[in-house]
Parts: sequence; structure tokens; C-alpha cells
Amino acid sequence: MYQYDVIDKEFTDDRVAEFREQVGRRIAGEITEDQFKPIRLLNGLYLQLHAYMLRIAIPYGTLTSKKLRKLAWVASTYDQGYGHFTTRTNLQLHWIKLKDAPDILAALGEVGMHSMQTSGNTIRNVTADPYAGATADELDDPRVWAEAIRQWSTLHPEFSFLPRKFKIAVTASAKDRAATRVYDIGLAMRRGRGGELGFEVMVGGGLGRTPYLGATIREFLPTRHLLSYLQAILRVYNRYGRRDNIWKARIKVLVASLGAEAFARQVEAEWEKSEQEQVDLPDIELARIRADFTPKFEALKPRSEAVEKLKASDPAFARFLRHNVHPHKVPGYALVDVSLKTPGQTPGDMTSEQMNVAADLAETYSLDEIRVNYTQNLILPHVKLDDLPAVYAALKAAGLATPNIDLISDIIACPGLDYCALANARAIPVAQHIAERFADPERAEAIGELKIKISGCINACGHHHVGHIGILGVDKKGEEFYQVTLGGSGEEDAALGSMLGPALPADKVTDAVEQMVEVYLRERRDGERFLDTFRRTGVAPFKEAVYADAH
Amino acid sequence: MPTRIKLQDGNLYPVEDPFTNVADDQDVPQGDVILSLARFQAEGDRLLSEGRAVGVRLKSDEEVEALAYDLPRLALVAFEFPKFRDGRAYSNARILRERYRFAGEVRAVGDVLREQAYFMRRCGFDAFEPADGSGAQEWEAATRRFRHVYQRAADGREPAFAERER
Repeated sequence: MYQYDVIDKEFTDDRVAEFREQVGRRIAGEITEDQFKPIRLLNGLYLQLHAYMLRIAIPYGTLTSKKLRKLAWVASTYDQGYGHFTTRTNLQLHWIKLKDAPDILAALGEVGMHSMQTSGNTIRNVTADPYAGATADELDDPRVWAEAIRQWSTLHPEFSFLPRKFKIAVTASAKDRAATRVYDIGLAMRRGRGGELGFEVMVGGGLGRTPYLGATIREFLPTRHLLSYLQAILRVYNRYGRRDNIWKARIKVLVASLGAEAFARQVEAEWEKSEQEQVDLPDIELARIRADFTPKFEALKPRSEAVEKLKASDPAFARFLRHNVHPHKVPGYALVDVSLKTPGQTPGDMTSEQMNVAADLAETYSLDEIRVNYTQNLILPHVKLDDLPAVYAALKAAGLATPNIDLISDIIACPGLDYCALANARAIPVAQHIAERFADPERAEAIGELKIKISGCINACGHHHVGHIGILGVDKKGEEFYQVTLGGSGEEDAALGSMLGPALPADKVTDAVEQMVEVYLRERRDGERFLDTFRRTGVAPFKEAVYADAH
Repeated sequence: MPTRIKLQDGNLYPVEDPFTNVADDQDVPQGDVILSLARFQAEGDRLLSEGRAVGVRLKSDEEVEALAYDLPRLALVAFEFPKFRDGRAYSNARILRERYRFAGEVRAVGDVLREQAYFMRRCGFDAFEPADGSGAQEWEAATRRFRHVYQRAADGREPAFAERER
């Protein structure tokens, strides 16, 4: 895990000092809320329905035990004892007092954390494959490149007043666990013909009001040119992206209006003209960053007798192994999912006590690392097989071992109208209701992989467009209704969902999900996921089942 | 004459402005002037031949490339910020300094707030007309707030990765 050096530390300290002074001016009444708004937004501080919300950056979703403990401490000291992990792998605290904000940022700064660029029209916190450094299918650890981007984009002098927010995701694997096709820039590492590494550069993906999948504007960019190429893309966007209409200001609209080829030509022309060697990182700096991402693994047996024994005697543990434990690139290790989706809980919420449990487990059993997945779960990435029984027992005791990863109750939901000033409808209760209906683990397992994603408004923070079942809250004359889409995916088989039919009232949503599941179970062929069946049958049988009463 | 903040020998000072900012519907007065791009293209040759110093004021949707051939004759380029949120001028200013190596004054006008000081200075602006009543001392403090920077820009500051190599 990347360790701040004295330069990173002093940079964060300077930022905290600046913000402390700005908050002081606001509290003293020297500046109005209108004048203060852009300042607080440069530090991830939003004003929501009930209180200030602070969005804390978790670069590429990677935490250490020290960082997670600090988040737990901040949540219990300055908030209500819990935090909310988001689909952008940030942590949100929803009950913050303005006067505390500088102290919170100072506390975060002590462990190399901050909230810079988690809001505003800036390059936002960069995300990466949550399995980075632990999965056998990657070409490189994408966090090396994500950290390079984090530094390059931090208080970027040219790109801090973009037409709109800007999000970058990085993967180094053919299996896309970072939703790169729905990002402003998605970077997917590929191996070139000569064996060298480069990035496929995808631009203009995004959800929200007008969803697009990103278009590939360059098949292969040698890795060493990453930052200069990003500068060229951002410069074209900064100069030519629309600024007259907030709904048309994202880069996806520029790419769609010019066409991906014309956009690519503009980027290439700008890149040719730029002084690339002034922007690209020297090898020595990349090597310095890389050194922080090389954990020391032990030579272990690929099979654990302790695991086999418990698996044979404890069906619940066996189920946990099937759904929440994944193969590691190093024999004798495994990745372990920490579910924040126990049916009935708010998806992505975690109490301070649970954070401390996870931090302890990371320190004792996972080489001091813990990851945040955009699916709003956590991951212990480097657990020895022999330690799985102990890790399982500790997670279970803390309510973090629900064996439902990628199953129907592993639902993504934004905070919705319970917290968010932009929302049209609630998302959390809808998720809770569906998850409770499918709380029986055997039934959930029989249904198999099914990704439900719920957003409380068209801004699509809950990624509903790319849910196998997507649910979007809309307001109809003061009542909450929900539009259902089917067949979306945010992975390497990325697709936007198709509309099921007219929006449903809140009390019909769970029934509709159940009806669609019945159709799937009836129609599915060997080994098909819900998504596969839908792609084969189309929307008709699902539509018929859900709207049968209406005929 | 209105006061502006100007970078001199590495520090920011309040300095009298020798230029008159001329609106398009206004007669050109005596002395040094700043004109819109359209007006400069129509009248620039004549005014320059009179021996005056001439500057051009670009709107945020005008491209700095339009001045490429005139830059050696210009004393200054002013970029208008219609709103502080409109960040196009940061790209234009960097291109002006880093690609065209323009050595004259680069001035920020319009919705210019001290919160932008750091970004403007890094992109090569060296003269500012604040709209929020802030003064040279506040701008000086804002541009010096960060002991380190993470990327090269138009101000010649050494980025973190180069500092680390020392």
C-alpha cells in the first residue's frame, strides 16, 4: 500500500490549514453560504437535507488498518457512529457539523487521507480493480497507475474548473471489476504485440440522465505516456466541453456529439503538440510508487486441511466459501469478501465497531490491507487459507459474513431521499425490502448471480442502468414510483438495461422482482445467469409476468 | 486608473494599470489599450503603427491560437472569466506560455476570486483584477499556500516527483 512521504504529508497539511481558515471566515460571517459553497465543495463537504455530508476519498479503494480505524474514530466522534461506502469507493458521513470539518480533515491527514476532489467539477477520486495485486488475471497492479493519476490530478492547476465532474477508473485485467466502460475515462491494461504493456483508453462512458458506454479512442497507449495522454484528453474536454447546460456538460456528450473518431483525432493532435516528457512520470518515480505495492507473501500449501475439515462439517461455512471467498494469485491465499449487505441493513453502511473489526482482521490476517469494492462491500485481499475459519468466525460475529456476494440480496443502492437533496425517491427501503424477501440463503443461492442496482434519481449514483435488474426512483405528483430496467451490466460485457414497462408504485417493486425471478427460474437453461436468460429471451416474458394484473 | 495585482520579481504587488480597457462600442483613447479580438483584428495594425502598447482581451470561448501570429507584437493577453467556474482560460493561458512561449503580461479579468489565485498563477497568469475586493497580500498568501505541487505547469515550479529525485 502506498505510503505518504513527507511531500504528500506536507501537501495535505497545507490543504487542511487552508480549509481551516476558509471555514473560519464562513463561521465569522465574512463570506456568505453562496461564496462558501464552491470552497467547501473543493473539499468534499456537501450540504444535504439534514446536515453537512463529508465525502472522504479512498483512492483506488485501498485502506490499511490504521486508515480504517481512523475512519471508525471519525464516524463515532463526529458523526452517528457509522459511515456509508459508495459506488465510487468513497466513505460518506452524513451528519457532520461545519465547525468540526477542519478537525476531521486534520485527523484524516494524520493517516494520509483527505477529502480533496470528492466533489466539484474536478478530476475525482480515481478508482481501480478491487482485486488489484491479489488476482492472477491481471497484467500489473493497476494501483501503481491509479496512484500516479491521483498525484497528477491533485489540485491540477488547469483542470480544477472543468465543465463538469470527471471520473477515471483503471483495471489491468480482462475481467472488468472496476466498471471502466461507464467512466469518463476507463483505462484497461493490455499487452502489446511486442510484449510491452499499454492501456486501452475508453472515453465518454457514464450513467446519469443520458447513459453511454465509453468508446475506445486508442487501442494501445504505452503505459509510460499515460499522464501526457490524459492531459490531452482533459485539455480537449476543458476547452470544448459544453458549459451552457449542466445536463450536457459531461465529456460523454462531447464525445457523442463529435463522434468518437473525431474526438480521438483532436486528442491525438493535442497530444502530438504537447511536451510529453514534461508530464509523464520518470521511471524512478514509477518504481518508487511500485515498491509500495509489493507485499511479502509466504510460500504456502495450496490446500488447507483446516478449511476442508470445517467445510465438511459446517454448511454455512461451505456456503461462505462458495460466495465470499475467491482464488488468489499466490497459492495458499484467498480474497475474502466482507458483506455490507445483510438483509435489512442499509447497503454500504458500516458501524464504527464493524470498521474496527475489519481493521483488526486486515492487520492480523490480510497483510494490513482492506479494499472497498464499488459494489459497496469490503474485501480482505490477502488471507491465508489456514486463517479462513478464524476470519469467518470474526466476520460472522460482527454481522459481516452474509454469504450473498453477487446474489440477489447484494444490492447496490444510493442514499436516496433519506439523505440526498437531489433524490426523487427513497432507495434504501426498496433495497431492504427486496433483500429481506430473498433473505433465505438457499433460495438466493438457487437463483444465482443477480445484480440489482437502485438509484433514487436520474443521476444514477446507484448504477441502475447497468444492473441486471435496475430500479430508478421517480417522482410522480409527489408519489414515489420506480422504473425498472433489465439486462444491464457494468462489466466486460457492459450493456445498458432496457425498460421493462411503466413505472411501478413502491409497494409493487419487490413483488415485481419476485415475479421476474420466477420467470427466470422457469426459462433458464443450464448454467445461465439471470442476465444470460434475459439476453436470450428478451423483455417479453418478464414484462408479461409483471404487468399481468394490468390486463 | 484602476489598480491591479501584478507579479514582479516573484512577488505580487498592487500596481497602477497603464492600459485602458476599451469596450467595443467605445472610441479608442490615447495611450496603451486592451481590445477585444475582433477589434484588434480590425484596428490592431494601425494602433501598433502609432507606437502604442496593445493588448488583446479574449473571451472564454475564443481560442488563443487565433493570436498565434500576432503574439510578438502584443504587450499583453487578458483572459475573461465570465464566471469563476468557467475554466477554459486555464488551458488557454498554459498554451500561451508553454507552447507559444509568450513573455508579455497574462492578465485575469472578470469573475476573478482569490480562491483561484493558486491555479491562475500556476497556469502562467501574472496580473489579476480581483472582483472580490481581495488585495495583493491575500493573493500572495494564496499562491504560496502549498509548499509542494504534483505536476509541471507554466510557473516553473518543481513537481513532487522531481523533488524526490534530488
